Amino acid sequence: MENRPLEYDYTVAKMFMLTTVLLGIVGMLVGVILAWEMAFPAVNTIAGSGLAEYTNFSRLRPLHTDAVIFGFTLSGIWATWYYVGQRVLKVSMAESKFLMFLGKLHFALYLLVVVAVVVSLLLGITTSKEYAEFEWPIDIAVVVVWVIWGMSIFGLIGIRREKSLYISIWYYIATFLGIAMLYLFNNMEIPTYFASGGIGAWYHSVSMYSGTNDALVQWWYGHNAVAFGFTVPIVAMIYYFLPKESGQAVYSYKLSLLAFWGLMFVYLWAGGHHLLFSTVPDWMQTMGSVFSVVLILPSWGSAINMLLTMKGEWQQVASSPLIKFMILASTFYMFSTLEGPIQAIKSVNALAHFTDWIVGHVHDGVLGWVAFMIMAALFHMAPRVFKREIYSKSLMNTQFWIQTLGVVLYFTSMWIAGITQGMMWRAHDEFGNLAYSFIDTVAVLHPYFTIRAVGGTLYLLGMFLFAYNMYKTMTSGRRVEESELQSASPMGA
Amino acid sequence: MFHWLEKHPFFFAVAVFVTIAFAGLIEILPNFAQASQPVVGTKPYTTLELAGRHVYIKNSCNACHSQLVRPFKSETDRYGHYSLSGEYAYDRPFLWGSKRTGPDLMRVGNYRTTDWHENHMKDPEAVVPGSIMPAYPWLFKNTADVDTAYAEQVTVNKAFAVPYNKEIPMADGSKATVKLAATLDEAKSDALEEAKAVAADMKDQDVKDAVAAGQIPEIVALIAYLNSLK
Repeated sequence: MENRPLEYDYTVAKMFMLTTVLLGIVGMLVGVILAWEMAFPAVNTIAGSGLAEYTNFSRLRPLHTDAVIFGFTLSGIWATWYYVGQRVLKVSMAESKFLMFLGKLHFALYLLVVVAVVVSLLLGITTSKEYAEFEWPIDIAVVVVWVIWGMSIFGLIGIRREKSLYISIWYYIATFLGIAMLYLFNNMEIPTYFASGGIGAWYHSVSMYSGTNDALVQWWYGHNAVAFGFTVPIVAMIYYFLPKESGQAVYSYKLSLLAFWGLMFVYLWAGGHHLLFSTVPDWMQTMGSVFSVVLILPSWGSAINMLLTMKGEWQQVASSPLIKFMILASTFYMFSTLEGPIQAIKSVNALAHFTDWIVGHVHDGVLGWVAFMIMAALFHMAPRVFKREIYSKSLMNTQFWIQTLGVVLYFTSMWIAGITQGMMWRAHDEFGNLAYSFIDTVAVLHPYFTIRAVGGTLYLLGMFLFAYNMYKTMTSGRRVEESELQSASPMGA
Repeated sequence: MFHWLEKHPFFFAVAVFVTIAFAGLIEILPNFAQASQPVVGTKPYTTLELAGRHVYIKNSCNACHSQLVRPFKSETDRYGHYSLSGEYAYDRPFLWGSKRTGPDLMRVGNYRTTDWHENHMKDPEAVVPGSIMPAYPWLFKNTADVDTAYAEQVTVNKAFAVPYNKEIPMADGSKATVKLAATLDEAKSDALEEAKAVAADMKDQDVKDAVAAGQIPEIVALIAYLNSLK
């Protein structure tokens, strides 16, 4: 074999980097609109009352969650897969025409699905199940896209030169298998058009599960879509990018083993915490609650492993904005994996469930951990993919602080809103009557909704800075060769 | 063992899958059959109610309204009896929701009227000052999809033996029967009869005219559904 480094082929990675940025902006823009709608209901008719059907809160809400989960995050996962996969397996996509074709097909079909999802959700075509709103034709397309990704993973593994699978690959494999299983079972549905002999809308379907069973399957899915979409693949990223960027070896292999297998074992049990005090059996609720608390161990295992990887090199956090993003992501991961189990304790859940505190929890996880990590990954990849320096380091710093402020405003306001409303719902007066009507508990939230909207807007502003910085890097960053890049990313002033 | 697995991707994948899959089996399977049994008094939806349920889903009402009363005094005081598993036996999908930006609707049929809903959907703020719920004027213009609702009735009757055209025991000892029409045309005319009863309590002249002309606006179907939630 020739003694020169492999030329990796980033064609597909670039495509997914583009959709990561675009769909990130779309998803968060819709989120910001929703936030302002809750603070000021007049925003519901912002595009005129004629279009209100398509801009009002309820129609847009699934679009927001799905655009961030399946648009931004999934694109980010795939952008990093098509980058990290080649590198840790020591094989280039260019070596296999078939894998290259699969990668491009993967992206093309994914784009089609994105368009179908946006159109159908705006039209109100939805199954109503959270993060599984798509009707059966889209579900089938999703399965096809997923299988193609699986072929790409195992195809690349099949022709690898590095025999031992690096930690990141474990997590990508788990993402693939976990989502495949969850998505298939949660979306079991019967198309009514065919079952009834050609009556009604062709795209409509009815769930194979009813009532309590449907809820159980849905939250087994919903919770673990978070596990295998927002946790597992993001951990895959940090295990690759943090050591690479900082030039430090992963602190402990044993800890990473413990954290991986622990996470795999424990996560699936915890779904029941979405159904506390509902009509699912009590033992299942208790199980969900207990395992949620146990989940702190493997979650913190990974997070601590990452923080300790920085041992002796903490000055990098001050000097490199990229390291800042990743360290804050890891910290938010610890924070939100502590907050989640607290909310899963039955007595806390009685107060927190159905309130904005849950919304706050989701967002400190997604904005603080998932999005920060994905953006850090893209910042690390850009100089190597485009062979250009990051356009502006100071813009990165500005983005970091604006977005951090945004997240902090978001979750603090939602804590207060959630706990306030939860306390007001249960308050009784001295005669044992309810102390507040429902609308009292809504009116009191206005200031917090406003603060949240400001926080969200700041975060979105940061997304625009991110997009601008990436665009300028692509088009006018200083040219740089990979061989000049040591461990840390080169950056202009 | 772990070192060996890391060099053998197939077995690694199998090990991961087994680790993640078995929790689901243990959680979901044991209770599956029992949880889908209806309680006394639970009826399947009529064609119009089901069309209204589809309007509810189409507009993601479940994004802000739950349908799950938890067993706390503060909730039973506010919303009525706490939810029982069997009450959801004919809910496909379930609509428990995960957020209460607005109040729970599990038993809204017990304490709100057609008239209240009509005014509220047109202008929530006029009915509940300070409400942050948007208005839903298009429900008064769009036509409900009765065909799809009927298709769903036929499907669940066939696939899951949902008891249409069968006597169902009610809480007071009486029996009730929910009809599944033999043909689409029959289902449409039945739904229209139901819609007329709802529209009779409404004020909007366009809605009344539409129903008189044989059309069913979405709002009529939605109100029929909301009234059925008890």
